[in-house]
Amino acid sequence: MSLYSAETRRLTKRRFTKLFLLGVTLILAAVAVGMFFTNEKVGPEQIASAQAQAQQDYQRSLEQFQKDMADCQAAQGTAQASNWPPGCEGMVEPTIDNFQTQWYMPPTFNFRENFGDMVTTLAALLALVAFIVGASFVGAEWSSGGMMNLLLWRPQRLRVLGIKLAALLVFFTALTVVFSAIWTGLFYLIAQARGTTDGMTSGAWQSIALMELRGLALVIVAGAVGFGLASLGRHTAMALGVTIGAVIVFQFGLGTVLAMADVKFAEAYLIPIWMIAWMNKEVKIEDYNSCDFNSATGCVPDALTLTWPMAGGILAGVFVLIVVASMWTMRSRDVT
Amino acid sequence: MTAVLEIAGLQKTYRSRKGVRRALDGFDMTVEAGQVHGFLGPNGSGKTTTLRTLLGLIRPNGGRMAILGREVPESLPDVAGQVGAIVESPQFFGNFTAQDTLSLLADAGGVRKERVFAVLELVGLRDRAKDRVKTYSLGMKQRLAVASALLKEPKLLILDEPANGLDPGGIREMRTLMRNLAESGMTVVLSSHILGEIQLICDSVTIISAGRRVAAGSVADVLRSNTSSAVKVSLEPGVDMRGAIELLRANGAQVTVEHDHFMVGNAGNPAQITRILAEREIYVSELTPVSADLESVFLQLTGTAPVEGQNRQVDQTAAAAPASGGWGQ
Repeated sequence: MSLYSAETRRLTKRRFTKLFLLGVTLILAAVAVGMFFTNEKVGPEQIASAQAQAQQDYQRSLEQFQKDMADCQAAQGTAQASNWPPGCEGMVEPTIDNFQTQWYMPPTFNFRENFGDMVTTLAALLALVAFIVGASFVGAEWSSGGMMNLLLWRPQRLRVLGIKLAALLVFFTALTVVFSAIWTGLFYLIAQARGTTDGMTSGAWQSIALMELRGLALVIVAGAVGFGLASLGRHTAMALGVTIGAVIVFQFGLGTVLAMADVKFAEAYLIPIWMIAWMNKEVKIEDYNSCDFNSATGCVPDALTLTWPMAGGILAGVFVLIVVASMWTMRSRDVT
Repeated sequence: MTAVLEIAGLQKTYRSRKGVRRALDGFDMTVEAGQVHGFLGPNGSGKTTTLRTLLGLIRPNGGRMAILGREVPESLPDVAGQVGAIVESPQFFGNFTAQDTLSLLADAGGVRKERVFAVLELVGLRDRAKDRVKTYSLGMKQRLAVASALLKEPKLLILDEPANGLDPGGIREMRTLMRNLAESGMTVVLSSHILGEIQLICDSVTIISAGRRVAAGSVADVLRSNTSSAVKVSLEPGVDMRGAIELLRANGAQVTVEHDHFMVGNAGNPAQITRILAEREIYVSELTPVSADLESVFLQLTGTAPVEGQNRQVDQTAAAAPASGGWGQ
């Protein structure tokens, strides 16, 4: 327990940790402030204004159509006829349906519909911070010689690395829980002031809680992977280098190659789609080169649905692989 | 006396694409309780490998080690609380203060917080305790490293080059500290290249070369058993020194001529010199045995003495056999 509290203290005392937490807090605050000022509450006044604007645009469009139609008919039989569709056919008269009031409504924050994206934003930012702080937490210890010092005090390698990892993950779990609670409360207030909280049934709250739980898992896996990679390479740069390499190879390189090879569902080989599947419970990828013809629906492309259990399996696999590899090398390598 | 540290037949082999390198080749070492023990060896001889292996940082390929009577590395977690150590250069996280650094180690090792202030005072860092370690000089980092090793009030203190980077005053303070610690009952193992210091403060030494022990015992014993039998001879003014030298050489002496005296290198029995010269009525005014210091014994045993016109490479040693016998015996 003494080692655990020492490692927690070490983590929270580090300037790197403080700077990144301050940075992510400022970014989240900027997002919240931005959402507050770019949304507004919708009332009868806004609806009336939107209706008036829609009607005005419809009238303007209609007048333009009538003028164009008159010009077209006047041009028939002259050299200018080529500027118009033959026989003025195909010129479609606008209808009021082309100018729906909802499109003229100001942006408003619907908590039930829009908060999911905010949960994903929070989870992605915290996962990034967990990855970098986790990598630096153990990487700096290896490169500065602190790990060797620690092993002279506690010559139990697996225990030392395990407790260090536990301190990191518990810290980020607590941090994510606190940030999620504040984030939820903040956006609930924003929705009340600049949107709506209608439809927040217990089921909707449960769905948000589960999504935040999946966000927490993402943060934990990111922290553990950053920590594990830096420990494997005994340097923070190892984790960051592998990540940059993975982004270049998997996202740009592999993405381009798969696209050139016309591989079916190429997106399924890329990392972001799995993260979206994890956070949004599922994501559907369509192969637009295929055509499943049906007389009722016409040409329907083949689809592949990635679900959160599939994404969860991959996350768990990566977590176990990296952590076990880092523990195994910690146990077997000479500390020089 | 009881042995606090025992190493027997320790082996460590590194394999790489360049081949196999034996860092430790059956190394033996024993340190008795309450001693200040010097651990000497040229660069690359296996000193740090020995200490790292002893402290569980490196896995040996063979041999046995025991600290405070317990076999290591098996019992290392049990005895680690009684062993304070710094290995190689002091390495700390630069952005933490000395107080934070020691406080975190104290937390990790379950040591009382008061010890942090006590050891900072002891090594002279009290007034700089709240400065970041990255602002410290090498000598100050060295002091901090010694403080970290002393934090848990160890029974065995292992210090690798503790005087590295210290100013002359600091070296003297370190010497006094080592002596005081030994007097308080602590056993100190000291690895250093400052052989004058070792000779001054150590009770016993082990000298390692090419992964093997080449000498061990009390400082006096090691010096005695490896001292050359050279004597410095001066004659009365006006006496024919050249004639005396030829006379001695004719009797088998190895003579080196200096400005106003000469040295007889293999004078196992110095009385022979006076007898041979006196028979020709040549009388010596000075006949002084040349006493060896630890540095010359070290250079002789490890074969690392500089040779004019040659650049010795690291790992290049020519371990010589201890001197024995001599002309005139």
